[in-house]
Amino acid sequence: MTSLTTVPAPIGEAASPPGASRAERAGHLLQQHGAAIVLMLVVAVASLAFDGFASGGNLANLAVSSSFVAILAVGMTFVIITGGIDLSVGSQFALGGVLAAWASQYGWLAALALPLAVCGTIGLAQGWLIARTGMAPFIVTLAGLLGARGLMLAVSDEGSNTYLVKSSTFAEFGQGEFLGLAYPVYVALVLFGLGALLLQRSRFGQNTFAIGGSEDSARLMGVPVARTKITVYLLTGLLAGLAGALNAARLSSGVTILGVGMELDVIAGVVIGGTLLTGGAGSLSGTLAGVLLLGTIQNVINQIGSLTSAYQQVVSGAFLAVVVVVQRYLSRVQRLT
Amino acid sequence: MSQATAAPARPALDRSRALAWLQDYGVYLAVALLLLFNALFTPHFLEVGNFRTQLVQVAPIVIVSLGMALVIGTEGVDLSVGSVMSLAAAVSVLYLGYGVAPALLMALVAGAFSGVVGGSLVAFVGVQPIVATLALLVGLRGLANVLVPQLKEFRDPALLSLGSDAVLGVPYVVLVAAVVVAVVGFLMRRTTFGRRLVAIGGNRRAAELSGLPVRRVLVTVYALSGVLAAVAGVLATARLQAADPTSLGLFMELSAITAVVVGGTPLTGGRVRVAGTVMGALLMQLLTSTLTKHDLPSSWNQMAQAAIILVAVYAARERTTR
Amino acid sequence: MSPSDPAVPDEPLIEATGIVKRFPGVLALDDVSFDLRPGEAHALVGENGAGKSTLLKVLTGVYRPDAGSLRVCGEPAAFSGPMDAQNAGVQAIHQEIGLVPLMSVARNLLLGREPRTRLGLLDMRALHRRAAELLEPYGVRVDVRRPLRSFGVGTQQMVALARAVSVDARVVVMDEPTSSLEPREVETLFGVIDRLRAQGIAVVYVSHRMDELFRVCDRVTVLRDGRLVHTGALADLDRLRLVSLMLGRDAAEVRAHGLTKFSGDHERADDAPVLEARGLTRRHQLHGVSVTVRPGEVVGLGGLLGSGRSETAKAIAGALPTDGGTVVIAGTELRRPTTARSTRAGVALLPEDRKAEGIVPTLSIRDNIALAALPALSRAGLVSEARIDRIVETFMTRLRIKASSVQQRVGELSGGNQQKVLLARWLATGPKVLLLDEPTRGIDVGAKAEVQTLIDELAQEGLGVLLISSDLEELVEGSDRVVVLRDGAVAGELTGDQVTEQGVMAAIATAPATPPTTEPAAGPGAGEGPARPAEDAPSPGED
Repeated sequence: MTSLTTVPAPIGEAASPPGASRAERAGHLLQQHGAAIVLMLVVAVASLAFDGFASGGNLANLAVSSSFVAILAVGMTFVIITGGIDLSVGSQFALGGVLAAWASQYGWLAALALPLAVCGTIGLAQGWLIARTGMAPFIVTLAGLLGARGLMLAVSDEGSNTYLVKSSTFAEFGQGEFLGLAYPVYVALVLFGLGALLLQRSRFGQNTFAIGGSEDSARLMGVPVARTKITVYLLTGLLAGLAGALNAARLSSGVTILGVGMELDVIAGVVIGGTLLTGGAGSLSGTLAGVLLLGTIQNVINQIGSLTSAYQQVVSGAFLAVVVVVQRYLSRVQRLT
Repeated sequence: MSQATAAPARPALDRSRALAWLQDYGVYLAVALLLLFNALFTPHFLEVGNFRTQLVQVAPIVIVSLGMALVIGTEGVDLSVGSVMSLAAAVSVLYLGYGVAPALLMALVAGAFSGVVGGSLVAFVGVQPIVATLALLVGLRGLANVLVPQLKEFRDPALLSLGSDAVLGVPYVVLVAAVVVAVVGFLMRRTTFGRRLVAIGGNRRAAELSGLPVRRVLVTVYALSGVLAAVAGVLATARLQAADPTSLGLFMELSAITAVVVGGTPLTGGRVRVAGTVMGALLMQLLTSTLTKHDLPSSWNQMAQAAIILVAVYAARERTTR
Repeated sequence: MSPSDPAVPDEPLIEATGIVKRFPGVLALDDVSFDLRPGEAHALVGENGAGKSTLLKVLTGVYRPDAGSLRVCGEPAAFSGPMDAQNAGVQAIHQEIGLVPLMSVARNLLLGREPRTRLGLLDMRALHRRAAELLEPYGVRVDVRRPLRSFGVGTQQMVALARAVSVDARVVVMDEPTSSLEPREVETLFGVIDRLRAQGIAVVYVSHRMDELFRVCDRVTVLRDGRLVHTGALADLDRLRLVSLMLGRDAAEVRAHGLTKFSGDHERADDAPVLEARGLTRRHQLHGVSVTVRPGEVVGLGGLLGSGRSETAKAIAGALPTDGGTVVIAGTELRRPTTARSTRAGVALLPEDRKAEGIVPTLSIRDNIALAALPALSRAGLVSEARIDRIVETFMTRLRIKASSVQQRVGELSGGNQQKVLLARWLATGPKVLLLDEPTRGIDVGAKAEVQTLIDELAQEGLGVLLISSDLEELVEGSDRVVVLRDGAVAGELTGDQVTEQGVMAAIATAPATPPTTEPAAGPGAGEGPARPAEDAPSPGED
């Protein structure tokens, strides 16, 4: 099946003709920085078109509202690079928020530790099921989505009880500002920096890429496949718990209706940022651009008072479709050169 | 390679045989047990009115799940069904001015078109089904919201009656679901399309080498899934007496996948269990109603659903790895 | 001749004795011994099903033998997995490379052994420098930061080799290393092999290309049907002798017909050919293969594994895209052949890999048989159960398919019965041409005889049959005419009295007049440098 259906094997040593490498480089550029380029265009057009867009307040607002999706997207990038997917992040985000708000009565440390512990455990369990039983990530995390939401409802009296954040220190994590930007923005940026280091410059990152690129090869080259996969899902769980906690701190309460469908925004941001859903390639800089792009489109649509946020979904869906088709096309072209 | 192909069928282990049985018939057993439990312990359970309510509630899920079962039978998945429902709802009220028939027709066309787009991405471009339909999931819900920005009530008597009236005591909604079950059952049992569908899911390469029109079948399958989702969307709208694109069909893809998987259709394709899928939907509905009737919180419901999905997929996994 | 020749001074790097490996229903390796000395290049040859790949997998730790002992450098070894074998210094270079195509060359080379800075982060500068150094001896000068897949197979193979050797390999196993290389790249590879040997590294070389074996290897081990047939110096053998060892026929011995179930010659009609394939060409695989089959004729397609037999059949059936050539079925040319079109035209292909390309394991026998003939067994898209029952019953009886019922899942049947189900699937379409790719491989003796008889009958009924078989006896006795392929081109055609096992072997063994890897039909660019027809093809986004 494999060797017969694929295109003829490429040939030639180092020297590939200039045409091919130009196409390849263009493709590479588009895949890696496409989202960033579009983001800059959108920002430029929006700044010219709308007076309010380029104002400091609006941009700060944009940054804060994107920061929670961004934190989740860091973990999702790792998961998708291994060739997996995590549908449970939205539910875990909501669960983390409720747990943090509830635990804040015992101090800020508890408010931070409890969501991390619970969501981390969920992530660990999902990762274990995926790595050890060979069940599809899609279905395991679908169960995780339901389970985490159920757990959230259970601790919030079926969603009727909105816990208020009792610790003002903890609330400060979400509401405090530095240079006009709320703390979660810095947290997201730091996590992107650390994530990028982990992904590009650590053995763990190498293993992540290798598993997504070819799990069999990775195993033959001595990559600890199961351990890496489990770690990656653990990471998304922890980040979802953290994002949920920060959001609770920001809102001063554990809002139970949050996070529904959030996993889609996160996945969309990651894929638009150039990470291959088939795994093996991707970057956190791309993910950052993808998330910001979606946030900016949302913001622009809000600027055009007459449009509802529904347009944002249409645009994201269209973007996603275009990106996956382009990715398919690029991967064909690159295999041919 | 050649050694493995020459291997004769090994006698199945008892454990995997038990799991295979669980995959095939577990859903019937579970439904029977829940019915028995309710008959014994739930007051008013055996009344006709209760059954009618249960069936009306489960009908849209059954319709969508059957489309999903076809897609999963080809080793795919259709995440866009919930959004297609909301799109169909939006389109149907928009065209209601031209009469009920054109409105319904346009809704179904919208569903079919969405399916053709998703199916083409899968069959011709080669995008993974989960990704292709994810894009539709995001985009179509937005489109529905753009068309009908907020809850839009309607007064059309014909459409209202579709949602609330009954014939011989059977609500139209249930009747439509029954017809859909019969049609899909017929498709799978009696038509070349059904045979080809499962062959493609079972071994796509073999299907291609046998000269089957693989791409055409794939696009048709996704189109069908879209049409069925649209039917469910219209019925739900008729029952609600309003189009609600924002929340109609939310998480429907999850319920449908759950019903299909619990009904014993393997995610690895090659098999479509129509009756099992109906039972899977019924099981989830019964579970919800049982927990509600016994004052157990809905959080239990979701966690129980999660557990059932995992068990169902685990049982199916044992069989495929055998 | 014995493997433990006392005249050889070096202690063997690998010494496998009495290896037995059983799979359900098949004895894949039966008491096979193999040894490898430092610095030697050892050819491992055998036809499909000979046990070659099983032995390789035992040596590289993929399989554990059921019996027998394995010693590496004199120490007893029991590999628990490929990693274990690698740690013991046994590295395999597969056809599928075994690297990660999307990662950069440097990251592939040093995965798991990346140089790190004091902070524990990867030291990218050192990584790239080190990678370039590692590649230097292999004559590969590329930008190591680019993804592996942007380079040709030759380069990828060199990277795999460099990685293998750099992790302290003492044994390198190469499985068909030249199958997709240009002649120039083959030369580079041979140079590298020489260098490895000079370092005392032993190479196990698996290839079906005779020239290469004689050029590169010192010794050869021949396997057939899971047994060791011969081990010894390659210089002591000539081509014909090697081929006859592989195919299990003594070149000097002339055999009488009658051991297979074939009746012999069919009445050869002088009708117009029912199948006419002309100049089938596909990069690296087919170089202008032409073959014709007349109604009622069985044409054998001979040649060693990898000579282009299966590819020819697939190209005819529209299952393998070609770069050139035409297929004419019963006088009508198939334009842009696809499997659907060729099926409609009356071509039936029984594929070699039954499991991956033939059966639909989840479906019943009945559904599997009816699959390809559905258009004929239905009206307006509605399946006629009666017609299906009739046809299924006909073929269940005629082919003597043994099953508990027609509803039994095909995945549960034995190999022979699966094969009969596939034959039934195609016969139900009423084909004009049957392309049979190894129709009797991996099925038991009884079923084999039945299938052979059936092929005979079908030809007598007027079908044109193209028969591919590694079983020389089957090929010679079953065919009226044999077309012998070698390295993707027709090496000879035997008719009438020429159709003998000797004749086939001689045709296979003859040294090719032209170097085997040149491509006469590779397109306009063939003269200067490597031809790259693939590039200018897909650029729809341009205008």
